[in-house]
Amino acid sequence: MADTITNPTLIIKPKKGWQVIDFKELSHYRDLFYFLVLRDIKIKYKQTVLGASWAVIQPFFTMVIFSLFFGRLAKIPSDNIPYPIFTYAALVPWTYFANSLRMSASSLVGNTQLISKIYFPRLIVPIAPILANLLDFFIALVILFVMMLFYGLAPTPYAIVFPLLTILMIMIAIGVGTWLSALSAQYRDIKYTVPFLIQLWMFSSPIVYPASMIPEKFRFWYGLNPMAGVIEGFRSILLGTVPFPFKMIAMSTIVSIFLFVSGVMYFRRMERYFADVI
Amino acid sequence: MSEPVISVNKLGKRYRIGVKLEEDRSFREALLNTVKAPIRNFKRLRKLTNFDDNKKPKPLALNSSQSAQSDDTIWALKDVSFEVNKGEVVGIIGKNGSGKSTLLKVLSRITEPTTGCVEIKGRISSLLEVGTGFHPELTGRENIYLNGSILGMRKWEIDKKFDEIVAFSEIEKFLDTPVKRYSSGMYVRLAFAVAAHLEPEILLVDEVLAVGDVAFQKKCLGKMSEVAKGGRTVLFVSHNMGAILTLCNKAILLDEGKNMMVGKPKDVANDYFCKSGVKELDIDLSCRNIGDSIARFLRIRFINKHRRNVDILMVDKEFGIQISYQIIGKGYKPGPNFLISTQKGEKVFQSLDACSDNIFEKGTYESVAWIPANLLNNRNYVLTVAITTHNPVTIHCQTDILFDVEDNLNAVTRGNYKLQMHGVVRPYIIWETKIVSKLMH
Repeated sequence: MADTITNPTLIIKPKKGWQVIDFKELSHYRDLFYFLVLRDIKIKYKQTVLGASWAVIQPFFTMVIFSLFFGRLAKIPSDNIPYPIFTYAALVPWTYFANSLRMSASSLVGNTQLISKIYFPRLIVPIAPILANLLDFFIALVILFVMMLFYGLAPTPYAIVFPLLTILMIMIAIGVGTWLSALSAQYRDIKYTVPFLIQLWMFSSPIVYPASMIPEKFRFWYGLNPMAGVIEGFRSILLGTVPFPFKMIAMSTIVSIFLFVSGVMYFRRMERYFADVI
Repeated sequence: MSEPVISVNKLGKRYRIGVKLEEDRSFREALLNTVKAPIRNFKRLRKLTNFDDNKKPKPLALNSSQSAQSDDTIWALKDVSFEVNKGEVVGIIGKNGSGKSTLLKVLSRITEPTTGCVEIKGRISSLLEVGTGFHPELTGRENIYLNGSILGMRKWEIDKKFDEIVAFSEIEKFLDTPVKRYSSGMYVRLAFAVAAHLEPEILLVDEVLAVGDVAFQKKCLGKMSEVAKGGRTVLFVSHNMGAILTLCNKAILLDEGKNMMVGKPKDVANDYFCKSGVKELDIDLSCRNIGDSIARFLRIRFINKHRRNVDILMVDKEFGIQISYQIIGKGYKPGPNFLISTQKGEKVFQSLDACSDNIFEKGTYESVAWIPANLLNNRNYVLTVAITTHNPVTIHCQTDILFDVEDNLNAVTRGNYKLQMHGVVRPYIIWETKIVSKLMH
């Protein structure tokens, strides 16, 4: 309650250059954050027949098609485990990432009404859908565990880093989401770029093929695609396909931190113009 | 208690307005422009956030004319300075486009000022629109929480006031219905109920009172004056002079982004009427050369029934539109006519001089069109005056004039009713009411 009583003087004046994140302000608006995440979760499957099943249907049917064409017909190797679970384990983080990116990139333009009529820390807008999507991620994950039981695959001891990999995945989504949403406020090209970007990004990530297809000496650099590190990491710790890919994940972590920091900074720099240009 | 809680110092806000693109004159040019379009578009879009810093205007230069600036920017606010003390209720008035809304947007931190600074002491909330962030798919209950938190309330605050908000909105039965199934009245009532329970120390309000049904409007006005009496500071923009005069103890007049006057609401309102009156109700067009080789305008003015200039047009007073023009060419049969429309472009009515058909000698003419009392409402209109020939249809000269009709709270059309009367016109309608039979107890 103290924060509503003691109020330092608020100064409004033109700001210059880069802005740091105002954590104090973000924490003051944490209830709004909570309700916006809740809103994104609630409206997602309103007036749908299948509801939250969509969280499973999407990766599951992609898995079926991939298994048929890439696994059965194209005979792409799958690190000595059944192709369906091999690709599904990658599709769980990938579906989360792709959906988050799509929703986050369009979040500012979709909330124009809010941005031009009221003040609140703008960062909440692109981050809320990314957090809301976590629910779908965990539902899809439950199916993965069921499949692991079915195929008799057990997680490796490295599974304790699962939360860290999840955080890494969220950071990448926030990093790219803040970049794209801030850009889309000014350049509507982003709307057309995102589906295209997601498609290209999917095929440059180890989803239909294993990272072990990449020559050993390039694998560290393959980690430049941060989702490659995350996906390969998930497969390694949960299914034990390959030894834990330390180097690749280290590279992916560096790239993720860079994306996250630069995205948030760029967003903070541009947010003062949002209400004027959106 | 006269410590300033808001001090605004030399505030300025510059916007970039679109510049018309040149049209392609040939196929070759069109092709070339299509190829070059991405670069041009990028430069244009980039300029939205990139005000050329080399040509950055110094605060002193702000007063000089806009032509010194690059031609595609405008100053929505220029050198605005004022102070608001604790507990004051301040009304902001001015014509459309005078910067009222921009000022509120800057004060509520939605947009950043270009120059100057503002100091605010205390918890501030802004209400630029009712129902900001309402989601049609969510239920009334969910939207109360969402909207409340968007307006800056904490969850525990909303929990505490929840029952009060529901009672105020009168929608108990539909609390768990998605708001997309609400009638527009219910929607507004719920939205206003949430807003009315905000308890900031400083409240910024944009014209949100012109909503809902009559009974609910009264309730809202009541709530507003309650807020004002509660010692909180309120800043509000309104076209409703009645509300400003009754609720505020200070007023600020904005004109083309500059604050012209700060003072008692009555003085400021007078100033507003005088300024907007004299400037616009008598227009000399003789030097502007509007017209073709057949006819041209000399002067257009609004007159009262004694044929004198009027300062202010009232809903319940007859007035005349006097059009002076010259017919300088032969071969046509020109006559005056006008169209009154709203600023949104809805046509209200058109009128022409049906008897002028036989006058077409060269010379100077003067026509007066009498607008009866109790026809127009209190709002702004666009008057389009033209001199035209009907056969063949030819427009010789045409001009647009903005004018405001002001309300008289004693007007016969409103009786004791003090709120905004709706509609583009406000005709005097004869009512007959009588008691048919008395009810016995």
